[in-house]
Amino acid sequence: MLVVKNLSKRFGKTTVLKNINLVVNKKDRVAIIGSSGCGKSTLLRCINQIETPSDGKVLFEGIPLNDKETDINKIRIKMGMVFQQFNLFPHLKVIDNIILAPVKLGILKKDEAIKKAKELLNKIGLSEKINNYPKELSGGQMQRVAIIRALMLDPELMMFDEPTSALDPKMKLEVLDLMKDLGKTGLTMIVVTHEMQFVKDFANRVIFMENGEIIEEGSPKDIFNNPKSKELKEFLENICI
Amino acid sequence: MLDSLYQTLIYDNRYLYFLEGLKNTLIIAFFAVILGIIIGIIISLIRNYHDKTNKLKILNFLAKCYVNIIRGTPVILQLMIIYYVIFASVDINIIIVGILAFGINSGAYVSEIIRAGINSIDKGQLEAGYSLGLNYSKIMRFIIFPQAIKNILPALGNEFITLLKETSVGAYIGIVELTKASDIIASRTYDYFLPLIVVAIIYLLLTIVLSKLVNLMERKLDNVSS
Ligand SMILES: Nc1ncnc2c1ncn2[C@@H]1O[C@H](COP(=O)(O)OP(=O)(O)OP(=O)(O)O)[C@@H](O)[C@H]1O
Ligand SMILES: [Mg+2]
Repeated sequence: MLVVKNLSKRFGKTTVLKNINLVVNKKDRVAIIGSSGCGKSTLLRCINQIETPSDGKVLFEGIPLNDKETDINKIRIKMGMVFQQFNLFPHLKVIDNIILAPVKLGILKKDEAIKKAKELLNKIGLSEKINNYPKELSGGQMQRVAIIRALMLDPELMMFDEPTSALDPKMKLEVLDLMKDLGKTGLTMIVVTHEMQFVKDFANRVIFMENGEIIEEGSPKDIFNNPKSKELKEFLENICI
Repeated sequence: MLDSLYQTLIYDNRYLYFLEGLKNTLIIAFFAVILGIIIGIIISLIRNYHDKTNKLKILNFLAKCYVNIIRGTPVILQLMIIYYVIFASVDINIIIVGILAFGINSGAYVSEIIRAGINSIDKGQLEAGYSLGLNYSKIMRFIIFPQAIKNILPALGNEFITLLKETSVGAYIGIVELTKASDIIASRTYDYFLPLIVVAIIYLLLTIVLSKLVNLMERKLDNVSS
């Protein structure tokens, strides 16, 4: 479904991503791990073209995304993204945050969107927050609303960039549980995270990055029990799990 | 003193000059700020769109030139150039010249106000908008602008206050606004003191009331959830 070919990204003279190759298949639950600053966020941002790759290709269902002919806005509808800082729209109520994109994109009528939003909110137990503003929610609630906001567009791929890094332990759990539930529905997901226990429980593939490169890739078992590269061994020692 | 007040205001219906001046000052400031807002929105959108996408290079360059030229030269010079050079051989209402000159001047400042307002919004908002498949103009309309307006509106109010005082420069090319009105009367009564005091009080009253309104607006906007 997603193919990243020889992707590189430079900011001025610093190379942040070097020759990344990656294939994500339908229903994959990919976890990306690696130390801070190794380029994990930049990789996700290059995939949905929030950041323009310097070199290489990103193909989504065969469509080249960093091609001038491609209407990237249409593709992004199918690729949800969840951010570390939630990025809810502070001037809009929860419900309006959730229905904004499908309504303004003409995908759903307003009443249809509200109905769908209510169902989703109900599923995550946030029905009573429907008319609250984001600042009136806890971090965990905000992040779950952000996830639902992306789900409203029925994405085929969801990317999460450290979705729980800004949360305290209890709230982490509610967000991670929601993500696990999503994984069970067969949604294709790419998750950048530092939660190693979650990676073990959740992912079917783990990608380890260091210094802008993919160093090692495999099942959680391979990565955690059988690290091959010296970089990964070092990384795992340092996070001591 | 009373006599001098009588001479300044009542005799020959001289207060009418002040009213005429006040009317023209308000008209010029009001329409100039409207024109300034229109220009400012266009300029700031061009520059912001360029900053975010690196497109519209030439337009962005022209917009930057405009802002720098306007902000780098005195408004009285701009007014004179428009009146004596550009409209030299055109028969045009001088009030309209004033509106154009002050509007074009104000546009540069308004564009900076709007740019600052837009830039004050966390760039995560733009990225969240993009990640939901929205295009730049929808993100601006539904996400960025509604948040930026809180910073923009009070600053625009202050711009209007500034403009109100700045229109006094129009006296130089003969626009009968407040300052010119006092000048006209002074030249009849041979007394500068009272006419100048009268217009000073009028300016003061206007700016005090408007500042209060801006403050009120600031507080109202602050209360709207942020
Ligand atoms: N817009 C930018 N301009 C210049 N350098 C950047 C930019 N964005 C990221 N970088 C640099 O690229 C490198 C990788 O950043 P990135 O955010 O992708 O790392 P990360 O792996 O997500 O780290 P973290 O775990 O801290 O989130 C960092 O050294 C960062 O300073
Ligand atoms: Mg990151």
